[in-house]
Amino acid sequence: MNAAELPILSIMLAVPMVGALACLFVRDEMARIIALTATLFNLLLGVWLWASYDPAGAQWQFVESAALFGPIGWKLGIDGISLLLIMLSVFLMPICIGASWRAVTERVGLYMASFLLMETLMIGVFAAQDLMLFYIMFEAGLIPMYLIIGIWGGKDRIYASYKFFLYTLLGSVFMLLAMLWMIQQAGTADIPTLLNHDFPPEAQTILWLAFFASFAVKMPMWPVHTWLPDAHVQAPTAGSVILAGVLLKMGGYGFLRFSLPMFPEASAQFIWLIFGLSMVAVVYTSLVALVQDDMKKLIAYSSVAHMAIVTVGLFTFNQQGIEGAIIVMLSHGLVSGALFLCVGVIYDRLHTREISRYGGLSINMPKYALFFMLFTMASVGLPGTSGFVGEFLSLAGAYKVSTWATLIATTGIILGAGYMLYLYRRVAFGEQVNADAAAMPDLDNRELWLLAPIAAAVLWMGIYPESFLAPIRRDVATIVERIERAAPAGDSKLKVHDKTTAKYRIQAHGGEHDKKAEGAAH
Amino acid sequence: MDLSTSLYLVRPELILSFSSLALLLIAAWRQEAGRLVSILSVAALVGAGAYAVHYLCAGTDASAFEGLYRADAFGSFAKILIYFAAAISLMIAPKALEKMGAMRAEYPVLVILAAVGMGVMVSATDLLTLYIGLELNSLAAYVLASFARNDGRSAEAGLKYFVLGALASGILLFGMSLLYGFTGSTSFETIGTAMTGELSMGLLFGLVFVLSGLAFKISAAPFHMWTPDVYEGAPTPVTAFFASAPKVAASALLIRIVVEAFGNQVQAWQQIVMVVALMSIIIGAVGAIGQQNLKRLLAYSSINNVGFLLIGLAAGTEQGVAAMLVYLAIYVAMTLGGFVCLMQLKGRDGEMKESMADIAGLSKTRPALAAIFAIFMFSLAGIPPLFGFYGKLVVFNAAISAGLFPLAVIGIAASVIGAFYYLKVVKTMYFDESGDSIEAADDKVLRWTGGALGLVVSALGYLAIPLLGAVTAQAAGALF
Repeated sequence: MNAAELPILSIMLAVPMVGALACLFVRDEMARIIALTATLFNLLLGVWLWASYDPAGAQWQFVESAALFGPIGWKLGIDGISLLLIMLSVFLMPICIGASWRAVTERVGLYMASFLLMETLMIGVFAAQDLMLFYIMFEAGLIPMYLIIGIWGGKDRIYASYKFFLYTLLGSVFMLLAMLWMIQQAGTADIPTLLNHDFPPEAQTILWLAFFASFAVKMPMWPVHTWLPDAHVQAPTAGSVILAGVLLKMGGYGFLRFSLPMFPEASAQFIWLIFGLSMVAVVYTSLVALVQDDMKKLIAYSSVAHMAIVTVGLFTFNQQGIEGAIIVMLSHGLVSGALFLCVGVIYDRLHTREISRYGGLSINMPKYALFFMLFTMASVGLPGTSGFVGEFLSLAGAYKVSTWATLIATTGIILGAGYMLYLYRRVAFGEQVNADAAAMPDLDNRELWLLAPIAAAVLWMGIYPESFLAPIRRDVATIVERIERAAPAGDSKLKVHDKTTAKYRIQAHGGEHDKKAEGAAH
Repeated sequence: MDLSTSLYLVRPELILSFSSLALLLIAAWRQEAGRLVSILSVAALVGAGAYAVHYLCAGTDASAFEGLYRADAFGSFAKILIYFAAAISLMIAPKALEKMGAMRAEYPVLVILAAVGMGVMVSATDLLTLYIGLELNSLAAYVLASFARNDGRSAEAGLKYFVLGALASGILLFGMSLLYGFTGSTSFETIGTAMTGELSMGLLFGLVFVLSGLAFKISAAPFHMWTPDVYEGAPTPVTAFFASAPKVAASALLIRIVVEAFGNQVQAWQQIVMVVALMSIIIGAVGAIGQQNLKRLLAYSSINNVGFLLIGLAAGTEQGVAAMLVYLAIYVAMTLGGFVCLMQLKGRDGEMKESMADIAGLSKTRPALAAIFAIFMFSLAGIPPLFGFYGKLVVFNAAISAGLFPLAVIGIAASVIGAFYYLKVVKTMYFDESGDSIEAADDKVLRWTGGALGLVVSALGYLAIPLLGAVTAQAAGALF
């Protein structure tokens, strides 16, 4: 049966919503079960959705439309990019619920309800086809996340929750004004129509900046990233997973869905800004990550660095770069989520995130060390893991546009290897200096069940990325075609006729060279 | 136009006037009949409201008493809101006032008299009817503010309200006399026609004074000083009333006079309205941050909200007025809800709790109350998906289509400052350790009204958008 016969997206939005309401009124144990059931059911629906999605079919599939709320249209529909991000959300959600199964003992009903509400809103963001509906879903996530950080967070949770809320709110309100103006200009709030509406270039600049204010904070880009380390460190494990796994992707999705195709000229005009900030972010946050004593903070800074590679990839204006950026988003969603879970596992045992309190865990926790190793490698971008595919593609795309940006962004991978391996060495290898850390038991079945699916997905994406590239290829091509008119000229042209460089070219490879490079990039 | 047609058009006011007189007689003989009088007053408000609904549906648009009064969709919509707010204020009051020992049968009568005044205000098309309605409302309100006469704070609130209110009325009257002197008429329509072309100095002064007087009545900055003191001192049900119905009435009056009488001089008042709007937003937001008393906090919140409301007026378009009416409708539900939640905060000895420290950890001891209060707070902050967001959305939409970009940008940026103190209330209820000083409330009426208003303000309210949109468009259309 094909999922398109049902209003499948509305059902996927409704399931967690109903679950959330139910969780508020039941006892703790029951709330956990309801939350897990609802999220697993939504995962099944998601799988069905993916199976029913036709990569060669219409651009927008599973389209729904109802005039429920007057000017705010209930319009849903997905393309391949939305599909994969929805899959990421529904995949991580049961894992989040599982991760908080024992760690959360206070006000469990409210906790589960907040997470389920988050799930609804995340799916809503990726499925919304009405500008206002998108904004509502995008913004509404602040409320449950504020509660999650504030109620179940660490010591400085109140400061972190305020900072998270107000930073993101301030970023978004300007986007709201820009959206209102766009709706008036274009006479519609329908996103597919707006994607083909040409706004005058001078207006694009302002609109682009307004959207940038929102997405750059959400992403987060340097220098507005400072809310992220605070929020991550203070949030409970599952909160960090969802924050790093999905919420940050909303920024990238926003750039991809709105900034690029709706304002191509302005996007081209601001490439210097995006590349500049991304270059700073890659180097600066990687260096900051290198000196962190707190595991969560380290991973949070590494998120900022990885997201900078996403922004570089997105603004390359070419197929490879954008595909790569999407794969980095998916990969980072899985890997950073898994890394936060890994931190959560040992935090639950020792109640500290300080790196120096651990050491030699590979001796007493071999299974844990294995998983942690896999995710560390994926974060570094080792071939065979998901991290490699995305980073390679986006940097290959970036090379066509700017050699310098690529060069500096690539140092991020080296620095990434530096801080991740250094972290792994201090946690898993070396002497068992702390007796209490040495006495920690290995992963139990529940934790195994949380980490194993992510590990499988990371390897799948690394070994056979075609499964993930196939649904997005055509949609990325549509965007590239749309923005082609503004695409910047690259600085790395092959100087075939330039005699001064002739002697550096290896004649034996000849014409083969170009083909190979292209083959590798795909 | 003969008298009978005129009387026919003022049926809502007639019903309320006669019931208030009849109820006053009951109150005079039976002082302890407060509850009965309250119930009858609510019935009278429902009856008057039914006529307002009728006029709205029938599209009545007629002038009464030789152009002194106008029964149109705009006035009817405002009246529905006013009567609704007054009825809610009556329903939630008896128990709370009884606890303070201040429940007397005059309370509902005064509320009804104020409602009559407000009905006249929103339908006034002449400076004289305007002033009569305004003063009828104000005089009733001064008494209501000091209704708990044994409480020093309440008496102080009444006095402050009276002195400052009288000053504002004086300013308003002065402006009206200038308008009359320079145009030769008190009718909005004639003033409107006379105010074309170059604006004479006298008329400009008149306009500024009238706007200042009305800004006081809607507690817009810089004429907001009285609001926190009066809101804090007055008994909470009365504060709930002050924050809802008179706001609607004064705002509607402001809209009507600005559109009908000053409609040809948009340039002259637009700047004033813009400055007042931004000042209200910023002062309301910044002033609330340090407040420890929740009633004062809600007072600043109402100043803040008036600022957003005025953004719609600054647009000066039909769309802007419709947006203001949407905003008012949502604002009434949010504000009343906020005060209803506040009234449920009772200590062990039944005393009212109203400080920030008292609600610490409320979500543990009274989860449902905390959740509803949080909904109102997020909604007042304008965070989607709550209904308060929609109000802000339409108002800013109107400003954007009128091309007022700087106003919209500054206003929306300041709304983030406002979000901070609403968040602080949520933080105190949800993140702080329990102070455990709040007892379970025993008042069913409060619980049900709070719950119902909470549902309206929650995302469910979006279902009402098509209806609300159609009605407000009709109401705004009646003015243009």
